[in-house]
Amino acid sequence: MIPELGHLALICALVFSLAQTFTPMWGVRQQSAAMMHAAVPLTLMVFLLTFVSFVFLEISFLQNDFSLVYAANNSNSLLPWYYKFSAVWGAHEGSMLLWVLILVGWSLAVAVLSGNLPTEVRAIVLSVQGALAVGFFLFILLTSNPFDRMLPFPAAEGSDLNPLLQDFGLIVHPPLLYMGYVGLSVAFSFAVAALILGRLDAEWARWLRPWTNVAWAFLTGGIALGSWWAYYELGWGGWWFWDPVENASLMPWLLGTALVHSLAVSEKRNMFKRWTLIMALFAFSLSLLGTFLVRSGVLTSVHAFASDPERGVFILLFLSIVIGSSLLLYGLRVKDLKASPGFVPVSRETALLINNVMFVLMCSVVLLGTLYPLVIDMFGLGSVSVGPPYFNLFAALIFTPLLLIMAPGQLMRWKRDSLGRIKWASAFAGVVSLVAALLLVFLLSPEFSPLLAVGAFISLWIVLHGLSDLRNQTQNADSFFAGLKRLSLSYWGMQLGHLGVAVCLVGVSFSTALTESRDLRMAPGDSFDLENYHFVLQEYRLVRGPNYSADEGVIEVTKNGRFVSEILPQKRHYTARSQTLTEAGISGNLWRDLVITMGEPLTDGTWAVNIQVKPFIRWVWYGAMFMAFGGLLAVADKRYHLGAVARDGEVKS
Amino acid sequence: MPKLFLKCLAVLSLMLISLGAVAVIDVHEFSSEEIRERYDSLTEELRCPKCQNQSLAGSDSPVSEDLRREILILLEDGRSDQEIRDYMRDRYGDFILYNPPVEGKTLLVWVIPAVLFFIGLLVIFFVVRSATRNAATNVPDDLKSADDEFINDQTGNH
Amino acid sequence: MKKLLVFLPLVLFVLVASFFFYALQVRKERPVSELASALIDRPFPEFELLTLEGESINRDALVTGEVTLVNVWGSWCIACRAEHPFLKELAESGVRIVGINYKDPKDAAIRWLNQYGDIAEFHIVDRDGRLGINLGVYGAPETYVIDAQGFIRYKKVGIVDDKEWARMGPVYERLVAEEPEGDSDA
Repeated sequence: MIPELGHLALICALVFSLAQTFTPMWGVRQQSAAMMHAAVPLTLMVFLLTFVSFVFLEISFLQNDFSLVYAANNSNSLLPWYYKFSAVWGAHEGSMLLWVLILVGWSLAVAVLSGNLPTEVRAIVLSVQGALAVGFFLFILLTSNPFDRMLPFPAAEGSDLNPLLQDFGLIVHPPLLYMGYVGLSVAFSFAVAALILGRLDAEWARWLRPWTNVAWAFLTGGIALGSWWAYYELGWGGWWFWDPVENASLMPWLLGTALVHSLAVSEKRNMFKRWTLIMALFAFSLSLLGTFLVRSGVLTSVHAFASDPERGVFILLFLSIVIGSSLLLYGLRVKDLKASPGFVPVSRETALLINNVMFVLMCSVVLLGTLYPLVIDMFGLGSVSVGPPYFNLFAALIFTPLLLIMAPGQLMRWKRDSLGRIKWASAFAGVVSLVAALLLVFLLSPEFSPLLAVGAFISLWIVLHGLSDLRNQTQNADSFFAGLKRLSLSYWGMQLGHLGVAVCLVGVSFSTALTESRDLRMAPGDSFDLENYHFVLQEYRLVRGPNYSADEGVIEVTKNGRFVSEILPQKRHYTARSQTLTEAGISGNLWRDLVITMGEPLTDGTWAVNIQVKPFIRWVWYGAMFMAFGGLLAVADKRYHLGAVARDGEVKS
Repeated sequence: MPKLFLKCLAVLSLMLISLGAVAVIDVHEFSSEEIRERYDSLTEELRCPKCQNQSLAGSDSPVSEDLRREILILLEDGRSDQEIRDYMRDRYGDFILYNPPVEGKTLLVWVIPAVLFFIGLLVIFFVVRSATRNAATNVPDDLKSADDEFINDQTGNH
Repeated sequence: MKKLLVFLPLVLFVLVASFFFYALQVRKERPVSELASALIDRPFPEFELLTLEGESINRDALVTGEVTLVNVWGSWCIACRAEHPFLKELAESGVRIVGINYKDPKDAAIRWLNQYGDIAEFHIVDRDGRLGINLGVYGAPETYVIDAQGFIRYKKVGIVDDKEWARMGPVYERLVAEEPEGDSDA
């Protein structure tokens, strides 16, 4: 009964979404305030119905209803409740329902929190959101229904959630990631609204900025979490593989970052508007493209949802209509703008222009590298691979100059500045960074590592310039602290975000340059030394979990005689799927991670063991979190608050 | 029925996919640090011919084991990194190289970014040039909505 | 000109979308991409190994002036069992088949052949897979078609059945037609 109700709720949500799409839009055409205002209650209805549908799916899982095909394929009665809860989005159908729930959730947020928007704008934004929802509801109902039943013979027991997914990562990563992916739809809808209404001004940018920043922050967090999850789950120390599915999430992020920065220019100086507009369209388009790539079966990846080309056709049609019509609209409606106020070569605008170009370039390279093997294959030209060496090279080539410019760039004034004003700050930063970087390389690494040197230099370069800017901003105040208090949250958001970049860079460069990894055989009693850490294997023992049994190694780690930690790598055997999984043992702190993984038992009673010491690896994700919080902080600023007076007139009733 | 079959296939492939993600540990004796480092870097740069998307280092499929062993033999035999890459490419084609060769079928994947970079530079040049002209002719600031204080404000220069 | 430039994003998108529609079509027919062989039109590699009977052989035993199917198999390979009946048909209709027993313990291989029947002229024992590496093998079953001079002309990764023979057969026939007269081993 419950699945049927959930199914019914979903169908009703579709119907209301259709209303949400057409009513407000028609209202704009007819200039009917009633129809335009109707967008809000309609959005609310859609959300409630979708939420109900989702809840009923959850109930089916939590109650072990294995007459539901989706539950039978992805759950098991022995599964702990929190995994049953998240198993709902562990595979294709349920994750699509989560996607659409989040989409209508964002729509509701826009409906409720947009008091300062002119009615027309809000009506169109919600209408576009409705159209997107219609497409996804149709997709779910027609091709990927989680409520399908397998009557009259329900499964006695479910085939269990894939053991790789039975992890905290599954509980948080997809929701966070989708909040980001889907949140970019709001930017998309605002862009469409701007095109339809023919108004593209600084105020439009001010409205859009909070929504974009929050979505971007979630996306940053979601990607970082995914990377961390892969790191500790897969156990070989890697945290980013430039896999097609990873790239599918990175591309919207790259454009999203450019968008976040471009909006600053559009808001402040009423410039770069067409650029901002097209990026708002493309960022969400890439989210949709990512959905397509991951679920259609065109690309091979260990992360991909095993889906089929039939579904792929539907998604492709949907995204073609959405993206195609928005780009057509762009071509038809984007107006020749009046001459902009202008700026000179040395200015904040130039720095941000370079930023935009570089991020678009990186995004294009990622897209090219991801699709290239597919293109070659499809035209029968053979098989080629484009992997980490390629992407890493371009990431280094593109981000190195970008970050070098970013640091002094954030000090730049709008419109007109001079290098002379900042030259002492930069010179100081340059010298100190260089000396410190060389010192660090000397201290930390036995041989000269260019990666380490450049990473250290640029991180310090960024931080020192940030501090210099702080000094500039407070120099006219009565005291340093008085000056600090005057700084807006928006400013702190920027500082935190850029600090995050520096921290992340340290994580990336230092861990890559300094990681040490060894494969060896260990029997109980054996010991091994790596990087001043002393590892002793004490025993192997059998342990039991809720739905698995495991061989566990107990390794004691000491440093200079003092106890550091006990690490417990496991080889788990999951009963339901007869599957064996390696669970890495990780002991980490701010400065390094110790990662131990068990391989196969060898013939002489020993086990193959991999031991890794990874300095600064956590800084990668801490840096990303700083960036995400920076993004949120930037829009906590008073000027974006809901109470802000609407700057423009309302539509005539 | 076919729908159910497809779903079972999906589950099965998901299961098979995940098996490949198990960490692989070969215990080898290396005659020198340098060889160990070259081994680590080559096995990451070369792709497992039969896996979904894994390097030789990360895959536990039998052919990957064989290829890793082969690489070690070649390294101990004194071959250079490039010779080893060529050896593998000879037998498995371009597919096995995660770093696409700058020639032949993969030439474009290197040329296009270079072209895009050049276009990017042109864009920056032309936009800055036209903006500089505008600034020089003193076009009045078109900021009817944003407050003046936002610009170059001591507290909000962003 | 500037007017048309605003439609550039749309044009690019249409190209990309069209490509994807095409790719989906191809995917429907070819669910999983095979790794194209790097050895097409190149000579079969040299080797010095033993047969299952323990005799020493090298490339000359393989290249005898007759078009040959070289089938990579193992007793551990389940799909090889599925393809065996069809290979038997081919052998009975006169196709010369040579086996490479790939990464298989000898007694397991012999047991397998006793159980399912031996349809090959002989089997090259590739215990550690090094011949396989020289051929670009990455699993079983795989089948190569080599011409009278010992050049590899075709490779199939996976089972050879009548559907596959619709593609492999014509290649085989064409190569047989090109065989030099009176050179084949009786």
